[in-house]
Amino acid sequence: MADINNFLALMLQLSVPIVLGALCGTIAERGGIILLGVEGLMLIGAFAGVAGSFFTGSAFAGAVLSVAAGALAGWLYALFCLKWKAQQSVVGVGINLFASGITAVLLKAIWHTEGMSDSVAAFSSFTVPGLSRIPVIGALFYEQSPYLYLMILIVAAVWILFYRTKYGVRYRAIGDQPYAVQTCGVPVNRYRYIAMMAAGAIAGLAGSYLSLAQNNLFVTDMVSGRGFMGLAANIFGGWDPLGSLGAGMVFAVAQAARFYLTDFEIPSQIVQMLPYIVTLLILLFVGKRVKGPEALGKLVD
Amino acid sequence: MDAIKMTGIVKCFGPVRANDGIDFIVREQEIHCLLGENGTGKSTLMNILFGLYHQDEGEIFIHGKKAAIANPNDAYGLGIGMVHQHFMLVNQLTVLENIIMGNEPGGLFLDKKKCEEKVSELVERFGFQIDLKEKVVNLSVGMRQRVEILKTLYRGADIIILDEPTAVLTPQEVDELFKILRQLKKEGRTIVFITHKLNETMALSDRITVLRKGKVVFQCSTSDTNEKELAAKMVGRSVETVTAKKGQKKGDVVLELQNVRLLKKARETVSLTVHGGEILGIAGVDGNGQQELEELIIGNRKMKEGVLRINGTEAQKMSVKDRKKLGIGYIPSDRHKNAMVADFSIAENFLLGYQEEERYNNHGFINFENLRKDAQEQTERFETKLAGLDQPIGQLSGGNQQKIIMGRETSHDPSFMLVAQPVRGLDIGAIEKVHRTLLELKEQGKAILLISAELSDILNLSDRIAVFYEGRVSALFENGQYTKEEIGLFMTGKSAGGKNS
Amino acid sequence: MKKWEQMSELKKSLAAIGIAVLVGALFILLSGESPLEAYGALLKGALGSPKSIANTISKSIPLAFTGLAVALGSRCGMLNIGAEGQLHAGAMAAVLTALGLSFLPAPLLLIVSILAGVAAGMIVGSIPGFFKAKLNTSEVIVAIMLNYICTLFTSYLVNGPVKSQGSTAQTEVIPEGVWLARLVPQTQLTAALFILIAVAVLMYIFLWKTSVGYQLRAVGANPSAAGTAGIPVKRYMISAMVLSGGLAALAGVTEVFGKYHRFIEGFSPSFGFTGIAVAILGRNHPAGVLLTSLLFGIMDMGALRMSRVTNVSTNMVTVVQSLVILLVAAPELIKWNKKRKRG
Repeated sequence: MADINNFLALMLQLSVPIVLGALCGTIAERGGIILLGVEGLMLIGAFAGVAGSFFTGSAFAGAVLSVAAGALAGWLYALFCLKWKAQQSVVGVGINLFASGITAVLLKAIWHTEGMSDSVAAFSSFTVPGLSRIPVIGALFYEQSPYLYLMILIVAAVWILFYRTKYGVRYRAIGDQPYAVQTCGVPVNRYRYIAMMAAGAIAGLAGSYLSLAQNNLFVTDMVSGRGFMGLAANIFGGWDPLGSLGAGMVFAVAQAARFYLTDFEIPSQIVQMLPYIVTLLILLFVGKRVKGPEALGKLVD
Repeated sequence: MDAIKMTGIVKCFGPVRANDGIDFIVREQEIHCLLGENGTGKSTLMNILFGLYHQDEGEIFIHGKKAAIANPNDAYGLGIGMVHQHFMLVNQLTVLENIIMGNEPGGLFLDKKKCEEKVSELVERFGFQIDLKEKVVNLSVGMRQRVEILKTLYRGADIIILDEPTAVLTPQEVDELFKILRQLKKEGRTIVFITHKLNETMALSDRITVLRKGKVVFQCSTSDTNEKELAAKMVGRSVETVTAKKGQKKGDVVLELQNVRLLKKARETVSLTVHGGEILGIAGVDGNGQQELEELIIGNRKMKEGVLRINGTEAQKMSVKDRKKLGIGYIPSDRHKNAMVADFSIAENFLLGYQEEERYNNHGFINFENLRKDAQEQTERFETKLAGLDQPIGQLSGGNQQKIIMGRETSHDPSFMLVAQPVRGLDIGAIEKVHRTLLELKEQGKAILLISAELSDILNLSDRIAVFYEGRVSALFENGQYTKEEIGLFMTGKSAGGKNS
Repeated sequence: MKKWEQMSELKKSLAAIGIAVLVGALFILLSGESPLEAYGALLKGALGSPKSIANTISKSIPLAFTGLAVALGSRCGMLNIGAEGQLHAGAMAAVLTALGLSFLPAPLLLIVSILAGVAAGMIVGSIPGFFKAKLNTSEVIVAIMLNYICTLFTSYLVNGPVKSQGSTAQTEVIPEGVWLARLVPQTQLTAALFILIAVAVLMYIFLWKTSVGYQLRAVGANPSAAGTAGIPVKRYMISAMVLSGGLAALAGVTEVFGKYHRFIEGFSPSFGFTGIAVAILGRNHPAGVLLTSLLFGIMDMGALRMSRVTNVSTNMVTVVQSLVILLVAAPELIKWNKKRKRG
């Protein structure tokens, strides 16, 4: 039983950045913006978190800074997509490259090294003594960080916002028929800007999880594909907050499995390939069934 | 007092002056028709009034007060609502959700009950029969239009603009719409009705403003004018309609469709034949299977049931490429999407679909010499206005684009022409040219299938007419056998009794 | 008319480069260094001597290949973000072929090895094409997954089954006969340059002079009209990705056959992603790609000196390149001439 709990706990730890990344994709794309840049936004968040923690000595301040930096980057992203009408996939590529470059440049400027930063104050994980013993559910309280609970809260909040409020109805309609919503007097672009900032903030938070909860320092390109995995999870989950949560968990299982498979002398690279291969297989089998928002990539004036 | 007064409105899109100093006045509680051909700036003017565009020059007064309308919300605030030509509805949402979109009662969370009460009251007052819980995607076109009108009423509009509202309706639905509009007028609403159809203008309006090339050319009370005068004002010269010569001999069967299912929900399959030297017109309201017919014949849609024969060869399993080789020329209904590559030059567009013909293909290399020669010849034949063969086709007007496409599709000696909505969005001059070309082709013995939403075109050009309703043929007859009104009834699904030919 | 439009495109590209360099200067300033000094060092490092010029050209060659690869895909409406994986697969396949068939005479072995590499790139490229054409799944997501799979798989090979003696993750050296000839002694400029120029010229002829190239461009510019014209759209989408994958593979093959003579883990500093920037800035035209890759080669070559002389990271170049992508991708941002309208 303890083995299962250990595995589930590990899965939950690994799920945080993927689920949050998927949620960014859901938020942006449900409103019609193609968000390929989750990876870059997360990297910016990861760096801002460490920098904030480094300068203030507080991991919490670091996390706040990562959210702010993510929101700012999300706003810039939206500016390119909405105001300057850039091709959205290309903006994603550009932001990812920019994040990779700028974090490395700033890393060298602050710590005068290449590759990785100094260690900073970080969040420690905790175990709730009694609760963690409960089978299965106990995993939620074993070696977890506050991020896990925050993630669950955020998913729930986005779901309520999407399906229970008038703003959610409007926003989802924007992703399908932006012109129709525009003519109802809803300022479509304002909604999209806000959504992109929210997506950026969440990506920033996800990044800080990598640098301040899973680690206590910044390493160049440390997001290493989790953002893209999140995007795949968003598609797999059908552009839905709960779907993203579920699909993110599936991906996390594949990730967690690699720690267990190493016991069988399987080369680490092969094990690391697993989640990507799984994603491809999932896309192969569900590819034709999943249908995204109708107006993905379409702008209004 | 005037409900709407727009003075000196100028709006430019690049070098095009869509509105060129327009003065437009609508009195309170009248039905005012804004009449003009395609592309004369009617919609632009009304989009300015509704806050979707902003005028470069000019002022707007609503009920005598100067108004600055920056967005649709401002327009709603002033009591202006608009029903767009392409409906602005979210298909996945319900009727109720669409009506309240943008002005939902209650706070952050939706109060579904309160919404429903408010809207039902409105529905009852105007006697609309509509299920608020139905998703828009399941509604007929006529019903969708009512949702649009309800949207404006829900927002408290006392000035309602309708942009070409009858284009997608059957004659009977048009009558119903007119009834609704007259009732709205009685209730104190002001209606602006954008159209290019003269008979509707005469039947419905109190006063008329005619636009031509972005300018007001005529304004009057409906009782003081007639269709002929309006037509002349609208076009700027007297109009002659092109009509078919009678008595041409039919050739062999060229196109044959047997038991083809056009729409999933269709009650019956469709069987049609088209002979050489004949134009078969497909009449009907848009969305009754015409587009499916077009796509099935050319091969953009898989034919799951039935047989397609072209010159006797079974073609339903063939690729688009192989079908074209059997001698199909094709003028698609969606020109921009299916007939041309906007960024490509005129010469390159002339090659589209014929790139593998021997004449243009020199061991895999394009034979530019032949291509340019032919393109030049066809553009001259159709009197196309262009800067040169290297100009991107996207820069031309719709009429000139259509001429190039007609030139291309007719210059490879097709035995069958599939022609869908050939005059949509064209000006009168180009329309005439298209009509003449179709009749010429018929005289040369080509078989022509003409799909058009403009009943007058079908009546002027066709030898036989098939009326489509919900994916089936509700009537098939020799042109002349039935009146326009009877055909209108067929368009609503009434069958022609035993008189099918 | 057309010439004038092209001029304007060129101006826009130049403006994008200018702005990106200025913003880059701002970041350098913010990190407490002198932009003039940094950029000066960069230029000197890249163009200061005939040897450095030769090395700069050699740096631009892989970028040109990946740029051509991305450009070809884009001409057919496919964003090939998977060049990174394709070039890894291509390089590995070519090296393994050269090692495995070393008994063949040198010229034949070279040709066979290159073809093997290209074939591997083509196979990897075909996968996103297949997903897009058959399942309508974004080719971008699939290509990204393949990037990870290819780099990890080659890393596994070079750390395991085909690892040479010693601690470095690399294969054995390939036979000397198949090394690409050095054009300037003591530099890295090799005969890869000739392959590149030949490929670029062929690509131009293919796209604009042949019927197949015409059809490929038509699919990219308006797939629906292309389909209506009888062009098999899906087949072209897959074919374009196959060709694109082959071109990307050449980047990997020429790198390992010209510079390292063996497969070394991590030999590509994301040539594939930079190739996207090269293609966009080069407007998906072979000539534009060659020029842009040269510019990027200058940046990459000069960055080494810049980071030695100042405390500015070589990654500054990545920042400038990413800014170029963003600026060029945003048509509304640089309105060179506001009155420029279609008419």
